[in-house]
Amino acid sequence: MAEIQAEVRANLENRAGDARAKAWRTYWTRFGIFAAVLAAIIVVVNIFTHGNFLTAGNLTNVLRQITYNAILAIGQTFVIITGGIDLSVGSLIELSGVVMALFANATGLDGVLLVLATLLVGVLIGAFAGFVNAVPVVRLNLPPFITTLAMMLMARGLAFKLSHGQPIALNTHAFDSIGTGYILSDVLAPLHLPGIPIAVLWMLALVAIFAVLLTRTRFGRYVYALGGNEEAARLAGIDVARAKTIVYMISGACAAVAGMLLMARFSSGSPNTGIGNELQSIAAVVVGGTSLTGGRGSVVGTFAGALLIGVLNNVMNLLNIESYTQEIVLGAVILLAVIVDQLRRKYVAA
Amino acid sequence: MRGIEKSFPGVKALSGVTLDVSAGELLALVGENGAGKSTLMKILSGAQPADAGEIVVDGAVAKIAGPKDAELLGIGMIYQEFNLVPDLGVIENIMLGIEPVRGLFLDPQGATHAASTVLAELGIELPLDVPVRRLSVAQQQMVEICKCLVKKARLIVMDEPTAALTDREIDRLFELILRLKKSGVAIIYISHRLEELPRIADRITVLRDGKAIETRALADLPQDEMIRLMVGRALDAHFPELPPVPTGAPVMLQVAGLRRGNRVNGVDFSVRAGEIIALAGLVGAGRTEIVRAIAGADVPDAGTVTVEGKVVRITSPRVGIAAKIALITEDRKNQGLVLGMSVRANTTLAHLERFTTRGFIDKHKEDTAANKSIAELRIRTPNDEQLVRNLSGGNQQKVVLAKWLVGDARIFLFDEPTRGIDIGAKAEIYTLMVDLARKGAAIVMVSSELPEVLGMAHRILVIRDGQIRAEFSHADATQEKIITVAAGAAA
Repeated sequence: MAEIQAEVRANLENRAGDARAKAWRTYWTRFGIFAAVLAAIIVVVNIFTHGNFLTAGNLTNVLRQITYNAILAIGQTFVIITGGIDLSVGSLIELSGVVMALFANATGLDGVLLVLATLLVGVLIGAFAGFVNAVPVVRLNLPPFITTLAMMLMARGLAFKLSHGQPIALNTHAFDSIGTGYILSDVLAPLHLPGIPIAVLWMLALVAIFAVLLTRTRFGRYVYALGGNEEAARLAGIDVARAKTIVYMISGACAAVAGMLLMARFSSGSPNTGIGNELQSIAAVVVGGTSLTGGRGSVVGTFAGALLIGVLNNVMNLLNIESYTQEIVLGAVILLAVIVDQLRRKYVAA
Repeated sequence: MRGIEKSFPGVKALSGVTLDVSAGELLALVGENGAGKSTLMKILSGAQPADAGEIVVDGAVAKIAGPKDAELLGIGMIYQEFNLVPDLGVIENIMLGIEPVRGLFLDPQGATHAASTVLAELGIELPLDVPVRRLSVAQQQMVEICKCLVKKARLIVMDEPTAALTDREIDRLFELILRLKKSGVAIIYISHRLEELPRIADRITVLRDGKAIETRALADLPQDEMIRLMVGRALDAHFPELPPVPTGAPVMLQVAGLRRGNRVNGVDFSVRAGEIIALAGLVGAGRTEIVRAIAGADVPDAGTVTVEGKVVRITSPRVGIAAKIALITEDRKNQGLVLGMSVRANTTLAHLERFTTRGFIDKHKEDTAANKSIAELRIRTPNDEQLVRNLSGGNQQKVVLAKWLVGDARIFLFDEPTRGIDIGAKAEIYTLMVDLARKGAAIVMVSSELPEVLGMAHRILVIRDGQIRAEFSHADATQEKIITVAAGAAA
């Protein structure tokens, strides 16, 4: 008996060792190529831009530029892992931005309290829109492409109606620091850095929170399970409808947070800032290695995807490439990233 | 077909099968589930290649590499599941793939003409202006037959054509079959319903374990002889000894008046702690639907499920799991497992709340449980991070079992627990079932393998048309008795 136990234990220890090695391999295949390509690009680009790319100021700029798309893409990641898609997030930035601006101007609050209350209003709107997106999907099995497309139109129309087509200027300065502020300015000044933009901190915090939610909680596991095999998940006793609904609510809420940051940046809630953002966010998710068929993906990968797209945009700007050409390149890169990902997967599986 | 052979990994599906059929003749192909009938027909229709053997059509060896080749040779197939485009009309479906054209455009008159010629020849009247999904099953079947004939099929293979038909519809189908025979079409007719063969068959070939055992004219093969030939094999697997059900063991599961759709038509039975019950019957008899309704995979329309004396209103799989009912589904890949997730994640999926501390999944607890399952069930996997997709069928099945064993289920519903897995893994699963019974679990096993049914159950319930038609004890049951009831033959 003792021998068997020892054998089992030895076995388990071996397996644990294998598992660690395997985890490293998986990690490398997931991010390795990405990192290598990025490094190569950075070196080449830095030469071509006469060193303008690899400056602290420029890199900070890139991070700030990707903030909104990255946050949208976090929510989109959850939706896409379940095998769905959310086309409404671009419009929800606008709707939540307009409503938040109206709210902030109308209420008597100020300071942090105002920021929190406004954020709460925005998140509630986003989450409610996500709920509306999800109900026909889970109850009637309608394709999310359609329900979120409908929401995209309705939310945009509503944003225009509420704002009469004009940006709603904020009459408070409570959001200024979120929009344009930096922290650690004193510490980083010797490095010729303006500091870390507060909006970037919001993004990093959200990446961390949602990465943990997806990888370390039951809810996250259920998201993967129902994306991988919805029927098996249902038969395992998972409340598939609930998990799916929450996923769309997360996506809507993320859109609202992005809307708040945009509003803060421009000191106004505008009804036409979000056009095309839903597709940008999907691009970031896909470039980040999440499968559009569901069941696979990660928040960290999505962040990397958003970063890659942001770096590309930035580099092309530095190289003075005209904007039409930029779009062509961006499209080609997205296609290339997905093809490489697919080939790598085939190669790894074989 | 001469000397057809076909192997799948771990299974020899067909070994040296030879059969022939002439113009105007109906050859009935009979055999148990898994005897190789479907595989044989898939080879004939080009859906799968044979490993060896040849197919001879009109005296010449034919090469059938795909469905198109079979079609050109005049071989038509009518599967149990129809291949119709539901939203197209009758004519469009009949002419699918061979649409007449005028230049670049479709020629609707030509299509209507060709299709209605066939319909008229067969004396069939069908509504032409509605999509075929509005037609009855029998009418859709007629469309399938027309599809074959419009392509000038001279051999038509029908797989269980009467399975979903009413008696009147069957009469009509048989009239049509006789007319086809008269016009010189050869027919291979696959059926479990032995009693209907005398009405249409000329000769009968009995298939068993991938071999053609016997071919005789209808008159020379009485039904009881046919059954004997179909099942005539020794119990080949090694079954563990069944522990007797302790006297006075409490009833764990009681099912009364269970109904669901038209597949479960009033089922009553009970299972005691430590007892293994087998649900035997033909494919489509409603066995799977019965266990699915008990577990909440489908919600029952009527009836009560009582677990340990308490009535449970089964409304979802979650309710079933809470009532300690585990359903080990037949279809591992589509219903049992998330193939793209690891062994560990699949093992804990149904009971994740046990592996959660303060809202977060406790990876250490998960690892411990998964590795314990791997060791106990001897799941062959490099580690618990391995994706289930990469495991063999038997090991995948063990992961499904592990998923339910980490919980506290007391009632196990096994649907075809050993389908498609190798003998070694089969024996391990049998041992596991017996162990569970010994520990006081109640087990219901749906199985199409008669040796398994005979070797592994205290009681055997034979299901036909969604009802229990007979009950045999372990000691009384024989293959002949079971198949006689299952096939609905006059006992």
